[in-house]
Amino acid sequence: MDHAATPAAAHHHAPPQGFLRQHVFSLDHKVIGKQYLDLALVAVCVGMVLSWLMRLHLAWPNLPIPGLEKLSPNGAANGVITPEYYLSLMTMHATIMVFFVLTSAPFAGFGNYFLPIQVGAEDMAFPRFNMMSFWTTCVAFLVLVSSFFVSDGPALSGWTAYAPLSAVGKDAGPGQGMGQTLWALSIAIFCVGQLFGSLNFIATTLDLRTKGMSLARMPMSTWAWFITSVIGLIAFAVLLPACILLLLDQRAGTSFFIPAGLVISDRLQPHSGGSPLLWQHLFWFFGHPEVYIAILPGFGIVSTILPVFARKPLLGPRALIGCMTAIAFLSYTVWGHHMFLSGMNPFSALLFSVPTLIITIPATIATLLWIGTIYGAKLRFTTPALFCLGFISVFVSGGLSGFFLAQPSIDTYLHATYFVVAHFHFVMAVAAMFGIFAGTYFWFPKMFGRMMNETLGKWHFWLTFIGVYCIFMPMHYLGLAGNVRRYSAFTDDYLKPLIPLHRFITIAALFTGAAQLIFLYNLIRSRFRGPTAPANPWEATTLEWSTTSPPPFDNFGGHPPVVSHGPNEYGVKGATGDYVMQAAPAPARLH
Amino acid sequence: MGKLFAVVVAIITFVATAIFVMHVWWPPVDISTHGPAIDHQLRETMVSAGILFVVSQLALALFAWQYGDRKDGRPIKVFPGGATPMVVLAIVLVGAEILALTFVGSKVWAGIFQSPPDPNSLVIDVQAEQFAFYFRYPGPDSSFAPTHPELINEASENYFGLDPAHEVDARDDIVVPSLAIPVGRPILLRMHAKDVNHSFYVPELRIQQDFVPGLVIPLHFTATRTGKYEIVCTQLCGLGHYNMRAYVEVMSPEQFDQWLKEKTAQQ
Amino acid sequence: MTTVASPPNVPPSVAPPRPVATRGPEPKPAETGVWVAIATISMSFAALTSAMVVRASAAPDWQHFRLPPILYLNTLVLLASSFTLAAARRRITAVSVRDGLPGLYVTLGLGLLFVTGQILAWRQLAAQGLFLATSPSSAFFYVFTALHGLHVLGGLAGLLYVLRRIRRVVPAPMTALGAATLYWHFMDVLWLYLLLILIIRV
Repeated sequence: MDHAATPAAAHHHAPPQGFLRQHVFSLDHKVIGKQYLDLALVAVCVGMVLSWLMRLHLAWPNLPIPGLEKLSPNGAANGVITPEYYLSLMTMHATIMVFFVLTSAPFAGFGNYFLPIQVGAEDMAFPRFNMMSFWTTCVAFLVLVSSFFVSDGPALSGWTAYAPLSAVGKDAGPGQGMGQTLWALSIAIFCVGQLFGSLNFIATTLDLRTKGMSLARMPMSTWAWFITSVIGLIAFAVLLPACILLLLDQRAGTSFFIPAGLVISDRLQPHSGGSPLLWQHLFWFFGHPEVYIAILPGFGIVSTILPVFARKPLLGPRALIGCMTAIAFLSYTVWGHHMFLSGMNPFSALLFSVPTLIITIPATIATLLWIGTIYGAKLRFTTPALFCLGFISVFVSGGLSGFFLAQPSIDTYLHATYFVVAHFHFVMAVAAMFGIFAGTYFWFPKMFGRMMNETLGKWHFWLTFIGVYCIFMPMHYLGLAGNVRRYSAFTDDYLKPLIPLHRFITIAALFTGAAQLIFLYNLIRSRFRGPTAPANPWEATTLEWSTTSPPPFDNFGGHPPVVSHGPNEYGVKGATGDYVMQAAPAPARLH
Repeated sequence: MGKLFAVVVAIITFVATAIFVMHVWWPPVDISTHGPAIDHQLRETMVSAGILFVVSQLALALFAWQYGDRKDGRPIKVFPGGATPMVVLAIVLVGAEILALTFVGSKVWAGIFQSPPDPNSLVIDVQAEQFAFYFRYPGPDSSFAPTHPELINEASENYFGLDPAHEVDARDDIVVPSLAIPVGRPILLRMHAKDVNHSFYVPELRIQQDFVPGLVIPLHFTATRTGKYEIVCTQLCGLGHYNMRAYVEVMSPEQFDQWLKEKTAQQ
Repeated sequence: MTTVASPPNVPPSVAPPRPVATRGPEPKPAETGVWVAIATISMSFAALTSAMVVRASAAPDWQHFRLPPILYLNTLVLLASSFTLAAARRRITAVSVRDGLPGLYVTLGLGLLFVTGQILAWRQLAAQGLFLATSPSSAFFYVFTALHGLHVLGGLAGLLYVLRRIRRVVPAPMTALGAATLYWHFMDVLWLYLLLILIIRV
């Protein structure tokens, strides 16, 4: 609400002056996009280190980890992780990854940078809200991370924070006092940031498209960001009040989620009348759409990048838009599939199972469209292309395990086992991550004016691709054997024989983690020493490639492009090269 | 590079599928009456998912192998029929699969969770708490005494908050830390939680159900084999979650009667 | 970097999304933004409403109580403010804003009066011994009124911002005014809905 679009006046950005305005409190969507990506980079490093600590503990529970006692004297005296600290590490790992990596990077990061450019606008619709949304997200991250430094440690109730464990306060365990409060506060703040962001994406897509950029001509990535922001609008709008109610239960003595008669730590709790299932419903009503928020930008990114390196149009772009829309819509009807065994009415399990299974249809169509795009192509196996192909493979692997979990009868056995862990890691930690990697290698030249190193990129791809299969495919087997999740150690008789497989996974995880250093090195080195990038190194058609690398302050140097073509014109016979850019002049009319 | 990708994907597909097919890691032998239906459903899903897995990964691999840019000026090929066969195939194939699985699966599910318990069931009260399970049998008077949360005292082992001093039917309730049941007899568990969410999971029984504070949740099953099996908690309940377990001992009816007699005498 | 001279009266840091129309009338991002905000806020209150319905049926401890009568007065105040805002808006044109300014000030005043009235309602409730944790019904009362009040304060901030710009910028930013007005009317509608469910449930 901070600008009036009166057409008559000449609106031009004056470029910002001063270090703070240019790099810290910038209103430029490109800077804000990079800030989100930087935040996600920091977050993913923290999240990954947490996962290494977890995996090390699972494989060798008594292993002292040097230095950890400094971070948490209670949680890791002598460097050996206690059971409660393991759960805290797990909670923080998931919370950081889901919110600050998978929602921030592909959506807020790349979306902020490229959505305005891809629709031909000079900036987002509300640059001040945009800046506020980034700094709000940043504050949320700091609040969350601060819970590492409170005396009782971070929350241990998982990223799902089920009540009453999360709602009764410190009687329930270490970290459930201040740690849980900071968690709920951080997530509430995060919701606000995301809502501002979604506002911007939607208004920009609907109102700021340049001449000739009809909705049908928008690139797939823009469509994905647009659809994702609509999902987010509704999802985060539900999580925010849920977190507020949780905070009130925790701190203000209310009983939204806490029933009567609970005896915790030998104390009868002074609450009554609340419903633990209410929290689960509210949380998962957000939580399921959230995972589609995590993956749909990946759909869009892969659908934009694949044609570039296949040198042929995406198969069925309208069908793909339909798929993404269907997934978005259905995502609101399936939340109960996380709650089949939760004590809710068993009949509802079937009601939730049906749309859950139906969602596999648009997901399958999308996968077939990608595979069909590769058919008959002229593939250029660059690093972004490889990550796109890898995305398809891992998305198939991850999606199929969902097929099992969608059926309540099978979920009776597989619920809360490593089968679920395998499923969501494949689709989120791997597939969505591959989308982020593809986007990074693809758009780095545009963002920084330099090329990344291809050889390092390929090494990164191969080690990661093989590594993630070694980490997460075995988790299906663990799940089939009944290996329960969220255990800090495997002391049950039937779990002890599975420990060798856990050690294999841990070693694979450490290796794959180490391989990410190649990526990090490539990022940093190319930033400063990479060869200069031309405006359109990949011979792509979308509008960002019509401007310089990096784009000027107002994206198009004061000349907004006029769009005469769709984004899919690859493999065009008779065109210069084999493609026609969106901003190329309209084809001459035949007389 | 495309060929390398194809080979790697093919190897991954082959190895992963082989391990599934060879049942290297697999659910333990089922010991329940409803278990075979679940196992059947699982196998069906495994087969269809497996076929989809192999076909799509190999298609991806094949196309990556074949359609690299060989710089030979050949034109691109559009998939025959364009997007339509994809859409139709997905809807028809996946749709049919979904219908079949839902139809069969809903019956299996209803059999476990939506059918009324056998009137001859042995009823056992189960309480989950941080970090143990306790089981209560009604004793010779066949009635469960009411529980009083304010009377719960771990030190004196009054886990359920019974009041034997003032309530007659509390005196014969049998409280034990492990679940003893006779084989072949329908069992009805009444599950409640003392503090936070927990869950009851016995892989061999193919049964799992959350405990929800504030609710009493019924769960029924019948065991078909004797033996000692682990009950583990599967709903995150705090730092002792990994260690929260009990044992279910499935005994012959005679052994169970003997066990019950001994426990009754001890009250 | 392109440097362009800023026209007078436009602060250089104001971003200029400049829609070149591809079809139809000039799109107005500010209004789209408010509609999107309305959708989101409605969703939040819908979630809270369903939470209230579930909570009310979860346990028999729902304590009905009488709503503080000042609530109805506050409602009138808020509705009046919408009228004054609409009237003010009609008097403001792109070239002449002076006639509308008093109406805008009155609206702001009435908005503040509403928020004050809500706080008074809270004090009245507290005097009856009904606090946040006393019963689920009082808890929801406070949560609903507090969240609505926060959003009203946000609307006031928006109106203040528009007021500042209207006095400094020529031509007047009509779209911003329109957007702020739309948001304000939504605050009314939302309050009427909340009042209704509070009357029914509480």
